[in-house]
Amino acid sequence: MRTRFQQGLDELRTRLLRMGGLAEQAVDRACQAYIDRDLARCHLVLEGESVINSTEREIDELAFDLLAMQQPMAVDLRFILAVTKINADLERVGDQAVNIAERVMDMVELPAAELPVDIARMAAAVSAMVRRSLESFIEGKAELAQAVLEMDNVIDRMRDEAFILLVKTMNDRPPVTRQALDALLVARNLERVADHATNIAEDVIFWVRGADVRHNVGQELRSQEQVSEQR
Amino acid sequence: MGVGIQVDQLNAWFGKTQALYDINMKVEANHATAVIGPSGCGKSTFVRCLNRMHETIPEAHASGGVKIGDVDVYNGSSAVQIRRRIGMVFQKPNPFPTMSIYDNVAAGLKLNGFTDRKRLDEIVERSLKLSALWEEVKDTLRKKSGASLSGGQQQRLCIARALAVEPQVLLMDEPCSALDPISTGKIEELIFQLKEHFTIVIVTHNMQQASRVAEFTGFFLLGKLIEFDKTEKIFTTPSDKRTEDYITGRFG
Repeated sequence: MRTRFQQGLDELRTRLLRMGGLAEQAVDRACQAYIDRDLARCHLVLEGESVINSTEREIDELAFDLLAMQQPMAVDLRFILAVTKINADLERVGDQAVNIAERVMDMVELPAAELPVDIARMAAAVSAMVRRSLESFIEGKAELAQAVLEMDNVIDRMRDEAFILLVKTMNDRPPVTRQALDALLVARNLERVADHATNIAEDVIFWVRGADVRHNVGQELRSQEQVSEQR
Repeated sequence: MGVGIQVDQLNAWFGKTQALYDINMKVEANHATAVIGPSGCGKSTFVRCLNRMHETIPEAHASGGVKIGDVDVYNGSSAVQIRRRIGMVFQKPNPFPTMSIYDNVAAGLKLNGFTDRKRLDEIVERSLKLSALWEEVKDTLRKKSGASLSGGQQQRLCIARALAVEPQVLLMDEPCSALDPISTGKIEELIFQLKEHFTIVIVTHNMQQASRVAEFTGFFLLGKLIEFDKTEKIFTTPSDKRTEDYITGRFG
């Protein structure tokens, strides 16, 4: 047993979980700030960004050291590669939270407007995706990650629906165009967070199963296998 | 050109102790195949069975089928004939210490009664060029002894000696374990070039080396071939838990 290497892997896992916690918290705070029109929460999100950025660098440094010094193989190599990619996705999740917070700060300056979209519902679904993708990493379970992939289409539909309804609002009620545009951008930011959660889930599947399922390649392969089995 | 090796149900013993169990393997011609595994797993015994060197140890014997191209190693061929087709390079460079560099390379041919001096010169030059040693020794071929070279040069001299008899297969038993990283790099580069002409089987303890030089890798454990597959598969997504535990350093 390579004790120092194992300690390094454990440390990497712990730091990535901390990074996951920070990114998840940033998205939750930004969404709550939208719902409550809460400037204080927006500031918390902006202040938290630097911690996320420095944590990203620390994780990359540790991963780089482990690759250079320990020459990992097989599952360990896949784990470290997955961690570096998940790390980058979590940093981008943090960026999207900042974007949402900035939209909220703009909205708070404007009169409140009734809009025909349920951002709170979309935010809850996206938060659940991020949480489950991180759970799949914690437990090393590809099945949990697979469930996350299947949620992505739901979020895409929510974003499309929000787009249609908010554009209609802009046409029908010009005085609330800016509020509708802010909501549209928030919906787009949330959809991108969901994309990052999807990437994380794909990386967990790569780590656990050694299978690259990006860009639906895995699903295509599975369908081909099913077709040949039926024959 | 190299030829493929087909191993069927190979078993080997040292007296009553069984060292290999039912090994089946198909070694591709003109490729490098690495054999890895912890000490005592049978990997050296395996390659020594391929050229019938195993049986040179008292009370050691083997059963099963090994075919080098069309030649049946254990049926109808003499050990000497087989060893002419299969060159071998060992862990520790073993040049003949009292012979010149030239004579070291020519030794195998001379032993076989080869007397054409002009042809001999050509073969010595070709072998030393193939083993990437020619430029370093061409001016001192007959003046310097093999033992006067550095460890890395000695190992390349031994490779040249093995190549001079124009084998089809080159077996390498931990050829770099006594060498520094620069000499190791030269031998690894050489293995890459030699694949064009020969089939190579390399035993190594260095898994990075296996992943760098070999297209196929076999993992041995307790005398059994646990997994044999493309090298990138073995080192990224091995199928057997025991392979994964070994290459990730969880045992061995």
